[in-house]
Amino acid sequence: MSLLEIENLSLSIGRLPILKSVDLEIAAGEVLGLVGESGSGKSMTALTVMQLLPIAARASGRVTFDGIDILSASEETMNRLRGDDMGMVFQEPMTALNPVKTIGEQVAEGIRLHTGAGRAEAEERARRILDRVGLPESKFPLTRFPHELSGGQRQRVVIAIACALKPKLLIADEPTTALDVVLQKQILELLRSLVEEDRMGLLLISHDLAVVADMADRIAIMRYGEIVETGETARTLSEQVHPYTRQLAEASVHVPERRRFVAPAAASRPSPAGMPSQGESPPPLLEVRDVSKDYPLRRTALFGPSPKFRAVDRVSFTLAAGQSKALVGRSGCGKSTLARMILALDRVTEGAIVFEGDDLARRSEHELRTARRHMQVVFQDPYGSFNPRHTVERLVSEPLHLADRKPTRAERRDMVAAALEEVGLSPSDMDKYPHEFSGGQRQRLSIARAIITRPKLIVADEPVSALDVSIRAQILDLFADLNQRLGVAYLFITHDLTVARAITDEVLVMHDGRLVEEGDTQRVFDDPRSEAAKALVAAAPDLERAIAHRLAKVG
Amino acid sequence: MISYIAGRLASLVISLLVASIVIFVVIEVVPGDPAQFMLGLNAQPDTLAALREQLGLDQPAFARYVAWILGMLQGDFGISYTYRTPVSELVLQRIGVSLPLAALSLLLTVVIAFPAGIVSAARRNSMADVSIMGATQLGIALPNFWFAIILVWIFAVTLRWFPAGGFPGWDKGFWLGMKGLLLPAIALALPQASILARITRSSLLDTLNEDYMRTARAKGLTRRQALWGHAVRNALIPVLTIVGLQFAFLLAGAIIIENVFYLPGLGRLIFQGITQRDLITVKSVVMLLVFAVIFVNFLVDLAYVAVDPRLRRRA
Amino acid sequence: MALTALIIVAALVSFVWTPYHFAAQDIPNKLQGLSADHWFGTDQYGRDVFSQILVGARTSMGVALVAVGVGIGLGVPLGLFAAAMRGSLVDEIVMRGNDLIFAFPALLIAILITSVFGPGAINAIIAIGIFNVPVFARLTRGAALSLWTREFILAARAAGKGRARISFEHILPNITNLLIVQGTIQFSLGILAEAALAYVGLGAQPPIPSWGKMLADAQTLVALAPHLAIFPGVAIILTVLGLNLLGDGLRDVLDPRLRRER
Repeated sequence: MSLLEIENLSLSIGRLPILKSVDLEIAAGEVLGLVGESGSGKSMTALTVMQLLPIAARASGRVTFDGIDILSASEETMNRLRGDDMGMVFQEPMTALNPVKTIGEQVAEGIRLHTGAGRAEAEERARRILDRVGLPESKFPLTRFPHELSGGQRQRVVIAIACALKPKLLIADEPTTALDVVLQKQILELLRSLVEEDRMGLLLISHDLAVVADMADRIAIMRYGEIVETGETARTLSEQVHPYTRQLAEASVHVPERRRFVAPAAASRPSPAGMPSQGESPPPLLEVRDVSKDYPLRRTALFGPSPKFRAVDRVSFTLAAGQSKALVGRSGCGKSTLARMILALDRVTEGAIVFEGDDLARRSEHELRTARRHMQVVFQDPYGSFNPRHTVERLVSEPLHLADRKPTRAERRDMVAAALEEVGLSPSDMDKYPHEFSGGQRQRLSIARAIITRPKLIVADEPVSALDVSIRAQILDLFADLNQRLGVAYLFITHDLTVARAITDEVLVMHDGRLVEEGDTQRVFDDPRSEAAKALVAAAPDLERAIAHRLAKVG
Repeated sequence: MISYIAGRLASLVISLLVASIVIFVVIEVVPGDPAQFMLGLNAQPDTLAALREQLGLDQPAFARYVAWILGMLQGDFGISYTYRTPVSELVLQRIGVSLPLAALSLLLTVVIAFPAGIVSAARRNSMADVSIMGATQLGIALPNFWFAIILVWIFAVTLRWFPAGGFPGWDKGFWLGMKGLLLPAIALALPQASILARITRSSLLDTLNEDYMRTARAKGLTRRQALWGHAVRNALIPVLTIVGLQFAFLLAGAIIIENVFYLPGLGRLIFQGITQRDLITVKSVVMLLVFAVIFVNFLVDLAYVAVDPRLRRRA
Repeated sequence: MALTALIIVAALVSFVWTPYHFAAQDIPNKLQGLSADHWFGTDQYGRDVFSQILVGARTSMGVALVAVGVGIGLGVPLGLFAAAMRGSLVDEIVMRGNDLIFAFPALLIAILITSVFGPGAINAIIAIGIFNVPVFARLTRGAALSLWTREFILAARAAGKGRARISFEHILPNITNLLIVQGTIQFSLGILAEAALAYVGLGAQPPIPSWGKMLADAQTLVALAPHLAIFPGVAIILTVLGLNLLGDGLRDVLDPRLRRER
């Protein structure tokens, strides 16, 4: 008999239907991947199993765990099961732990609760499970508080809490989405080893097909509260019977069509005065020269200089007009700081940022206007990027205020309409408010805002990481399209190598504030040279590779 | 953490300093001629001169200020003009009333507010919650002196359970003294308790929404265990600052209440001082009260560090 | 909310009409209870209590309203300024100044100010207003600070807008809701404060009626004529209650609209 059996589960909250006739099963020691985009109902399914649903939720159908009927179980029964036989790990490690209790206390609490163990014994067991998840006491004493740990470490604590009593089923709801790619790999490996060691069943929920393909024996795909397809992972993903499965799989590996960027050849320019050109290429659009950024730390001594934290350490690179480069690195490597300096939103401590021949670092705000006109930005968060009280017209036209001659009302509306069309929206959207649009559409609005002044360079900071996979593909297509048509250069900031690979010509790898590798994107992928690049490439979940790997195991 | 405490201490001293300057300026400099102000328009020239000399007005303001501060640090608060006794004596007498009153009020406030706020948040939207919220709405709108008058009317005049005013003195017995303080304390406490209850409720509601509460339930804790084990403690942390601020309100409210009940406390002293233009008394007693408030807030800041580990060490 | 409407209407009405001139004395009729002639009875000078309450509404609300205006007028720009200049000396000074004012027991200082500078409505406004300023400054600064880090502000900066402009165009409209809600709270607090000041004789001076003063007068007579104490008190309570409810209602109405995003 399966460990967990969900039959014909339907769920509604108030009058809103959330799940429709969901059927799932997990055997002991098996990993089931539940994949879907936002709103598909995957988290709700997990919460139903744990019976942690909101009060207004009504469920029908059957959910059987280890022979126990979950839907009709008493609260007492559920309390006994939770934390003991079933454990759950959630998405946000930063807020998952009580900030005023030590990690030792929090892990031991569950142990004491379920086994009635005494203080010392519970502590001992807590010590052991923390060690098991990679937080040995020598480095992480039980008296540590959550705020003293990083995101990845906190997630390990959460896993420790969930697995402390060797549950039969572990539910992990997007456990690595908030972590960078290298941490993701570590956490997934930890989960895998726990599953193997204790023959735990694992319900792994994710929107990332590649992650699931790697980890799960079987896979279930959800959309709009329904299971669309289930089956053995390798087969399902390679055969792609259901159209939605195909759509997801394609979107996951989608690479927009683009012409590869070719640096303007020296020979194509007629040399003045008949002199043979000596491989002279036009000056780069952007040149970053030995740029560094220091942040002052708290004073430790009363006299003498205060200690500094070097966020960016003598980085240099160039970007030609129309070229597309990615700045990749783990979180905290300094890429966002560098991006802000390039956009002149932050001052450099040392070095020069030469844009169109002009050193931005030395310019005053007023003098930067021309530069700003030619350089725009697209942010990560489609929800925070807009002032909720402005209409789309006002939002998209904001950069126009940089123009020397302010456009008239009519001209402005025309320009906004044109920009909206270029990004695939309609001019009639001009008078709406941002909250009327979906995440993907808002990102298009961001892009419209960015191109309205016809910039030469767009800096995009994680522009697609907050988007669902299918939308992501569309936005990447849009970027590629604009690159072709408008000849705008890109600097993509991302920790996701798949995005970099999809849309850039060259990649710059950063680590601890330094630029450690640079080169043609494909080459860096196939043959990474620096440690940091190697770690990134190794950690990047690759759907095709995962499928191939599984097929080889099975067949 | 040491740096945090040192910082707070420095803040304390600076605040006191600036406060004292402000008080000094408002009381001595602004009225122009303090002596004239104290004696009124019909004063005789020689009485004026005598007072001026007594106040040391022939000296520049700065020197007077320094003398005042130094005096206070040594416990000399000057001689009250109206009572002709050292202000410090007056203060000592009155403190025996004001301090217990403030303490009792604070106690009542907390004892009423915390349970109300917690129950209200734990059983959100239930009958209990709605009625508590309704009661607190009313409580906030209550002017405490009006409430005091009504209390006196009901309990003292009509039912004769409590004295209508005045204070018998501690030497007549502890309970008798407390009886004299109870009505005033209730009048002071009720509006404050209403505010505190609402804040407690809202803080607890916020805490219950936090992610770590979900983790706690996923561990197998019952709702009640999660509430008391995790939520309440965390929710009370921000409420601490409010309690500190309420102390300031209590002190201020006490001025009026002491008047209603004819209690011989510090508030009444100040008030009489103001109406009788006894600037010497007013100056020093106000400074004293302000000191008390700033000091209590300082203590609250310290308590914060003890309670919230995030402040103890920077990771 | 209906309650507030009622009070506001009453106050407005008092501008236009009162059954009797509030100062008109009618000694033989003094200390009467409720009657058809005098809806709320008369006071010790035979003056009509109802009229006094109505005009008192005007006093209380007027003082409190202007005090709120002072608070917003000074506090909000300060707060915006401090937030825009985060971390600088200016910011520090504004914050310290705020904390300092908070350290003083408000009523105490209000009493001090009004007694030193003389009682009267104007001084009461100033005294109460002074305490509204740090409240609004702190609120504004806090809300503004959290907005400054939002991405749409970064976008505006990337579009080259200066700090003042951003404060005005982007930050201010987004905190208006908070300000309105806080404004109603401070308004109701102002009424309580004005009543307290009037009670100790430092508010608007007679013959202008004020609810607080009415209570002060009523205190000694409470055994004889309880209605004198009850009505002004109830008036205060209802007004404050109404305002608080209004504030709560506003908060509920204004917030979800913004947050009801997809």
